[in-house]
Amino acid sequence: MVEELGKTTEGDLIINVGPQHPATHGVLHLVITLNGETIKNVEPHLGYIHRSIEKMSESLTYRQFIYVTSRMDYLSAHINNHACAMCVEKGLQIEVPERAQVIRVIMDELTRIASHELWWGAMAMDLGALTPFFYAFRERETINEIMEETCGARLTMNYMVPGGVLQDLHPDFQRKVKEFIQLYKRKIHEYDELVTGNIIFQNRMKGVGYLSPEDAVSYGCSGPVTRGSGVSSDIRKHYPYEIYDKLEFDEILETGCDSFARYLVRIREMEQSVRIIEQLIDNIPEGDYQAKTKAVLKLPKGEFYQRVETARGELGVYIVSEGGTTPYRIKYRSPGFSNLSVLNKIATGSKLGDLVAMMGTLDLVIPDIDR
Amino acid sequence: MQNEELKTIITELLPAAAFEEGGEWLNVQVEAADLLAFAGQLRNRPDLNFDYLFCLTCVDWKTHLTMVYHLRSTQYKHHLVLKVKLNRDQPDVETLSAIWRTAEFLEREVYEMFGVNFLNHPDLRLLILPDGWEGKNPMRKDFEDPINMIKL
Repeated sequence: MVEELGKTTEGDLIINVGPQHPATHGVLHLVITLNGETIKNVEPHLGYIHRSIEKMSESLTYRQFIYVTSRMDYLSAHINNHACAMCVEKGLQIEVPERAQVIRVIMDELTRIASHELWWGAMAMDLGALTPFFYAFRERETINEIMEETCGARLTMNYMVPGGVLQDLHPDFQRKVKEFIQLYKRKIHEYDELVTGNIIFQNRMKGVGYLSPEDAVSYGCSGPVTRGSGVSSDIRKHYPYEIYDKLEFDEILETGCDSFARYLVRIREMEQSVRIIEQLIDNIPEGDYQAKTKAVLKLPKGEFYQRVETARGELGVYIVSEGGTTPYRIKYRSPGFSNLSVLNKIATGSKLGDLVAMMGTLDLVIPDIDR
Repeated sequence: MQNEELKTIITELLPAAAFEEGGEWLNVQVEAADLLAFAGQLRNRPDLNFDYLFCLTCVDWKTHLTMVYHLRSTQYKHHLVLKVKLNRDQPDVETLSAIWRTAEFLEREVYEMFGVNFLNHPDLRLLILPDGWEGKNPMRKDFEDPINMIKL
């Protein structure tokens, strides 16, 4: 896109951010039209990490395709796997043992905390503070270790399989999760002291990136992006899956509609995730961790849709089956794709320096957008 | 609103609409020519208020293409799956980006992956594929790429 560089006739400047840029956290290419310092237009160019996961899944069996989805939103790998496993279970009408359901929910919430931790550190780093990044990784590392022990991997866990989970929990799992919760409670006040209450951060985030509730719905946003605009959208509350309807937790809503509101939603969501884990960690029922399933899975002819709440919003898995061992068509409704589409709307008219704060609070994960 | 009530209202709105059985939600099949007006009514009628288009995609059935729109109402929490059959050789359909803004991006993806031509789309260009890719549609069933194998 070198030819696009340079001034246009109206005195506007077109600049490229990315595809390799530290603030895009991945290979995202933005072509930004500037008038002075004011943004006139932001146009995302995608596809730098497009791997055709949807097409690939068409030639993978219902056991295999789940493994590819860990690579979509790699920070919510568990939750992606969870959505796919549940979609297959819906088609085959498999009943998942209670133990597996509880394990899945604990894993999901640990993933959500780890994802928000990384977002928090990276966003603070984008705005010029390096220290929070190390603080966030201190807690996140503990979660990664827990994952490694039980699932055998730190990021792409592939732990959820149709019918339950791949293997039973590590004997140390409960102890380590409790230790993590202790650590988290001891340290969380540092987050607020370092960033939330910091007047420089507040000035850079308040009133920046205004997203009205109507636009949030019309642009198909989901997750903390809509909840920062006061729109209730938590799939766990509205369309509960697994055991979420039996748990006590709050859906966090903020009405600021700006970057700071989206920031607060994520910070407070971590506390709710800890609350969920605390309810479950001592009450993991005994029993099977996986339902008995056939070696070869064949979904009946038809269409199946399953959605979950990932750390970024609503992930939907749409399977069209012709009755074979592989899906005829799979569509992943990724939360990042829709959240990115609103960037031009909220950035137009702002200063270039604020773009980083907006992108940070949209929490874009590029492999999730490209798929 | 329950599926039966939705069915009654939709039959009143568009007698030509066909209902498909099976599936979790009500499936409605309409003609491409009726789509824009019908979708507008789904969005704007106060008792329907389908304000959230959460999934827009296309399925290649080898003989034809089917556009699939998943809609829900954030107010009433009812769902609807809207389907439009398209001619595979000349897949023209009106854009819905004026009704749901999210459709603008999602339709660009379908345009390049399936070759569906969205009429009156404000900005129908390649989004994911590199420049100069026009004419080949990777998500169609007959697409083969021996160099970059996608099929495993």
